[in-house]
Amino acid sequence: MERSERINLLRSRLASLRAEELKIEAELCELEEAQTTTETESTTTCSNAMPHNESKLSSTEIRRYSRQLLIPEIGTKGQLCLRNSSALIVGTGGLGSPCAMYLAAMGIGTLGLVDHDIVDYSNLHRQIIHSEAAASGTPKVVSAHMGVSRLNPLCNVRLYNVLLDSTNAKDIMRNYDIVVDATDNAATRYLINDACVMLGIPLVSGSAVRLDGQLTVYNYNGGPCYRCMFPTPPPVDTMANCSETGVLGVVPGIIGCLQAMEVVKVLTHRKKNETPSMLLFSYRSQPHFQHIKLRPRKPTCAVCGDSPSVTELADYVAFCGSGPNDNAPDWRVLDDPAQRVSCREYSQVVGDLRKPHLLLDVREELQFDICSLPNSVNIPMDQFDQRRDELERILRDLNGAPIYTVCRRGNLSQLAVKYIREKLSYDQCYDIARGLIGWQQDVDPNFPAY
Amino acid sequence: MSEAEEITVNVEFSGGMERLMKDQASSIQAKLPEPATIRDLIIHVRDNVVEDKKELFSKNDTVCPGILVIINGSDWEVEDSEDTVLSNKDTVLFISTLHGG
Ligand SMILES: [Zn+2]
Repeated sequence: MERSERINLLRSRLASLRAEELKIEAELCELEEAQTTTETESTTTCSNAMPHNESKLSSTEIRRYSRQLLIPEIGTKGQLCLRNSSALIVGTGGLGSPCAMYLAAMGIGTLGLVDHDIVDYSNLHRQIIHSEAAASGTPKVVSAHMGVSRLNPLCNVRLYNVLLDSTNAKDIMRNYDIVVDATDNAATRYLINDACVMLGIPLVSGSAVRLDGQLTVYNYNGGPCYRCMFPTPPPVDTMANCSETGVLGVVPGIIGCLQAMEVVKVLTHRKKNETPSMLLFSYRSQPHFQHIKLRPRKPTCAVCGDSPSVTELADYVAFCGSGPNDNAPDWRVLDDPAQRVSCREYSQVVGDLRKPHLLLDVREELQFDICSLPNSVNIPMDQFDQRRDELERILRDLNGAPIYTVCRRGNLSQLAVKYIREKLSYDQCYDIARGLIGWQQDVDPNFPAY
Repeated sequence: MSEAEEITVNVEFSGGMERLMKDQASSIQAKLPEPATIRDLIIHVRDNVVEDKKELFSKNDTVCPGILVIINGSDWEVEDSEDTVLSNKDTVLFISTLHGG
């Protein structure tokens, strides 16, 4: 057999084995969950933990964790603490991936994973617990279960394939020794914080966007809770998220690893002497890390204060003005539907009709470089004012032919139409509703939407 | 006013805060007449350093929710928040909290 033929054969066998592994994993997760549920029903206590001697490491454990046992800060005593402890990670994305992997590898006894999402191809550059094979719709918790069990089968994993909300948060979190906030939105952050305060559980909170990351342990040892620091949610406009503003893959990785380290410190009782602090990380700054000293718990805090006003979990989406699924709101700027065309309608303008027109892409240059429709001209919306002369020249040259504006999902393009119609008095102007994402869904499935 | 009555404060922006500033500056030096409080600095930054979305930085002469103010490495609530008096060569960091992950 030719070598290249053999290579191709091996590659395709690996691909099918990996797909097979995921299928097995999914069935296993389902059966294990059913078994745990029956056990919990038949016995009064939650008996999901592996049977082991509470005060002794097995010889397998000693071999596996020997390099960690040699560190005085951990030792056999610390390792036993880890083995007899449980941690819940909310979110198995960029932060949760490395955090779950390291906690499992280091020997946490029970690891709970909460996520309602499925693995998407655009997750893979940072959510390293998930494999490419899972990126066609496998639930993140199933994919994460595979990642963890490959690393360390001694770790007892509990999966919660649900969206954490005020109806289920306390029931899920109740039995854990520590909670890791690895989520991506303000509403869930307030929810997790309040539940942790009510249940008396320390919270290791991390976040990362673009090139920056932040890490804090809340509700621990007289320190503040998340609400002590942020009593009022930020304006909705300032809540940057990864799908809109991007993130360098390794940045949540760095913060997620540090979250795992903080979990170990808390569980092995090595954090008691530290004062409350927040760690800031930036790709840009030199040095990359900065430590800031935080206020203590606030007696006036709405949830952890001396006379709290928040005593039950509430509606956090309403409180924050946006929720876990509101990453990309659809704006309605143009009230007149006659000023908008659908992607299909525009495809006829360029296709059968061959109508003379101008396609104006109003996204910023960085995004225009990722992908664009043929023959489109790029003038970013935020440069309209400074490039007004150029725009007016373009409109003059059009001689009344229509101008279509486009952006990623049909938001900015509406503002552009408003600008061109009102400020430049050019009436033949329409936006392409749902933008390039709509184009990919309705017209050209091969167009690289991002 | 003579030079002696002015203080210079190092101002830093991070966590995306720098994107609101002119030239996306991540640090500037602010000269303020003495005595100056953090509130004076917030007003100075809002009026002279923030590019155009001033409402995302400051409201009612203080910072918007979600922005932490760090004075020489400490959360400003360890000091006196807006009323903290600034000294020459102090470093003040404005940082927006991140929610992504
Ligand atoms: Zn609090």
